[in-house]
Amino acid sequence: MSFLSFVAEKGMFLPFQGSTVAPAVDALFKFIFWISAFFFLLIVGLMLAFVIRFRKRPGYTKPAHAPTHNTLLELTWSGIPLILVMVMGVWGFKVFLDINTPPANAYEVQVTGQKWKWLFTYPNGYVDEALHVPVDQPVRLVMTSEDVIHSFFVPAFRVKRDVVPGRYTKLWFRATKPGTYQVFCAEYCGTGHSDMLTSVAVHEPGGFEKWLDQASNLLNTLPPAEAGRKLYQSRGCAQCHSVDGSGGIGPTFKELFGHKVALRGGGQAVADEDYVRESILEPMAKIVAGFEPVMPTYKGRLKDQEITALIAYLKTLAAENRPAAEEKGR
Amino acid sequence: MSVPLGNALAADNYLNHEKGWRSWLFTLDHKRIGVMYLVSILASFLLGGIFALLIRMELWTPGRTIMDAHTYNQMFTLHGAAMIFLFIIPGIPAALGNFVLPLMLGAKDVAFPRLNLLSYYLWVVGALLALVSIVTGAVDTGWTFYTPYSTTTNTSVISMTLGAFILGFSSIFTGLNFIVSIHKLRPPSMTWFKMPLFLWGLYGTAIIQILATPVLGITLLLLIAERALGVGIFDPALGGDPVLFQHFFWFYSHPAVYIMILPAMGVISELVATFSHRHIFGYRFIAMSSIAIAVISFLVWGHHMFVSGQSNLASLIFSILTFLVAIPSAVKVFNWIATMYKGEVELATPMLYALSFLFLFGIGGLTGLFLGALATDVHLTDTYFVVAHFHYTMFGGTAIAFFGGLFYWWPKSTGKLYKEAWARLGAFLIFIGFNTTFLAQFLMGAQGMPRRYYNYLPEFAPYHKVSTLGAFILAVGFLIAAATLVHSLFAGEPAPANPWGAATLEWQTTSPPPHDNFPTQPEPGDPYEVDKWVYDPAARGYVLVPAAASAGRA
Repeated sequence: MSFLSFVAEKGMFLPFQGSTVAPAVDALFKFIFWISAFFFLLIVGLMLAFVIRFRKRPGYTKPAHAPTHNTLLELTWSGIPLILVMVMGVWGFKVFLDINTPPANAYEVQVTGQKWKWLFTYPNGYVDEALHVPVDQPVRLVMTSEDVIHSFFVPAFRVKRDVVPGRYTKLWFRATKPGTYQVFCAEYCGTGHSDMLTSVAVHEPGGFEKWLDQASNLLNTLPPAEAGRKLYQSRGCAQCHSVDGSGGIGPTFKELFGHKVALRGGGQAVADEDYVRESILEPMAKIVAGFEPVMPTYKGRLKDQEITALIAYLKTLAAENRPAAEEKGR
Repeated sequence: MSVPLGNALAADNYLNHEKGWRSWLFTLDHKRIGVMYLVSILASFLLGGIFALLIRMELWTPGRTIMDAHTYNQMFTLHGAAMIFLFIIPGIPAALGNFVLPLMLGAKDVAFPRLNLLSYYLWVVGALLALVSIVTGAVDTGWTFYTPYSTTTNTSVISMTLGAFILGFSSIFTGLNFIVSIHKLRPPSMTWFKMPLFLWGLYGTAIIQILATPVLGITLLLLIAERALGVGIFDPALGGDPVLFQHFFWFYSHPAVYIMILPAMGVISELVATFSHRHIFGYRFIAMSSIAIAVISFLVWGHHMFVSGQSNLASLIFSILTFLVAIPSAVKVFNWIATMYKGEVELATPMLYALSFLFLFGIGGLTGLFLGALATDVHLTDTYFVVAHFHYTMFGGTAIAFFGGLFYWWPKSTGKLYKEAWARLGAFLIFIGFNTTFLAQFLMGAQGMPRRYYNYLPEFAPYHKVSTLGAFILAVGFLIAAATLVHSLFAGEPAPANPWGAATLEWQTTSPPPHDNFPTQPEPGDPYEVDKWVYDPAARGYVLVPAAASAGRA
């Protein structure tokens, strides 16, 4: 049974524990699990025992008298479960308070959810599509949504919080082991809901500051096309636009720049510098035929320099005869 | 060739009393209305089941298997909406309850037969509106219609919500009819505590239907007002509050899960007592637990919003109340098991469904504890763990009880016996298929697999494969069960008046019952005094022991 060996290897239930609250949550989970297992075996065991012992069969006559009620028994089997579930309730609340109460010195990152990506704004103003945090330091996320309700979920940290338009919700955690962990959107948000994924990179001590410093200065440290490629990945373009010609929510970037594109409702346009710039800042102005008008505007989110870098990157994708290395070496 | 004794009076019955399609469409007979509901509801179940199979086929592999993401989102919305609004909510009360309730009361009909027919036609109109929205741009909001997604998506949300709104009225009218029937049509000698437990279940259900459903109606109207007129209620872009919708929605929809489960528990009480061939254990506790569930169910809606940002105090209160509502359910389970003690357990098909129910609802209820506890809910909510949990309660609980009840009252309503061996095989495959489908979902949910995902990480693929295989076993089980029932209509042996040995009044008339239900007014006694009935091979069913003989036995 490959399925059983797979389950045995993964662990029966909960995933890797990557945060300070995870062991506390798992301890409660185990408590409820064993109580449930006990009652389930009791119920099913008695059921089977009675079915076998008292089943209708030739030669069997049921006992003449059987009890029809027993108040003491009723109170017992109401009272014991009542006590047990109240223990679960209070225990659950205690751990819940830990999950919901960030320490005062937490490092704060702003989170924006939108169809269908996550944006993380660091204190220095740098924006990234992935979350990066230092290990062993509390991190507080202040989250809001641009459109519909999303939910920020990191299974390894045992935390989840809805991300609601028009208000701020908060979530905190302290990661305990360096590594990369999966982030899901857990509240249904439309076509791309299951692709609204990102990751939390937990850095070794000192590594986070180094990463942030480098990432914040892309434009000064890299050639424009290379910086554009990083922006393409980190700012949400990749969610909808492929670079290998495959389909997506938006048109592919492969061989786009400099080519003619057919527009929705007739007409066409040449994908030159101004066209790309307009598509980024005013996405509703020209919609490519065959696609829905769903792209959010990047006005105020991308600096001019960054748009220029993206255009430089698009040019490398259009220039099939020129190797990318030559472009970089300019 | 002798005519079986119990069948002597069946020559003129409700099925052949009047003829022609008009006699059905305009009937005021609760039994015929029950049958029309049954056919319509089973058709909805088939539709919802086909959607479910398409969903499971799509999830066979990550990414695209047979449909695109948008179609998939429509599929799970339609699966949920069809199953909940068209099948589970009306299933037991409207189809089985309509048929059985007046018979159990020894009455000729429900209190308001015309209102009863109106309920049915409202159901039909609501269902048609839902169908229209499938054709004109199937809704992709999930059956929960969460704002602001539902006010901004490009699909037929208005016709779908209007459908749900009208279905709500159908449900309210049925509830009203049942409450009045139980109060006014009970024979004088049938006191409250001499009522069959199925009626207690329906009574608790009816209270919730009347008090909670209007809130859903108002909420859906507000949703329509926002979409159609741009009135800002839920959409923050218009100054509304999206979480308010969740409060309104769950204020109905959480009590609604008890609209689904309470009548199912009533059916299980009847099945367990009848097929254990002894008096139900703890009658008063079972009856009162139905009412306790109905009352507490109004106070737990906030447990759907532990991660929506409601205050810690509110979450604590909702968590504790949620645990409280678990107790009456547990009490029922213990009483059903105690009923088998020192009985004479007969593993007929309806009893197999009842035992399945105890197993599956046991898992469904116990996994609810993980979700009631705040800290574990944070991790598990909106994952497949929740999907598995509510399928174990709604399907493993309500739907299994519905089919148990269907096989139990089938000989009564059709006058035909089905083939036991095939019916048992169907029940067995449904049990195996169901567990295969949904146990795997608990595992992947605890690992973090979110619900309503079209695409998924490769690490979850083995769970999804097992789950999809299970769904097909389940489908085969249902095909066999359906074929068994259809076969019985054409080739089934005629059913005796009381094939199971039950003591409730519906078994004291012919199968199928005459138009006026009872040839002579039955005398209600203790509904679980089964020892008054003994098997008579000549009648091929159970007959009343003559009073003198039963006095001698006692």
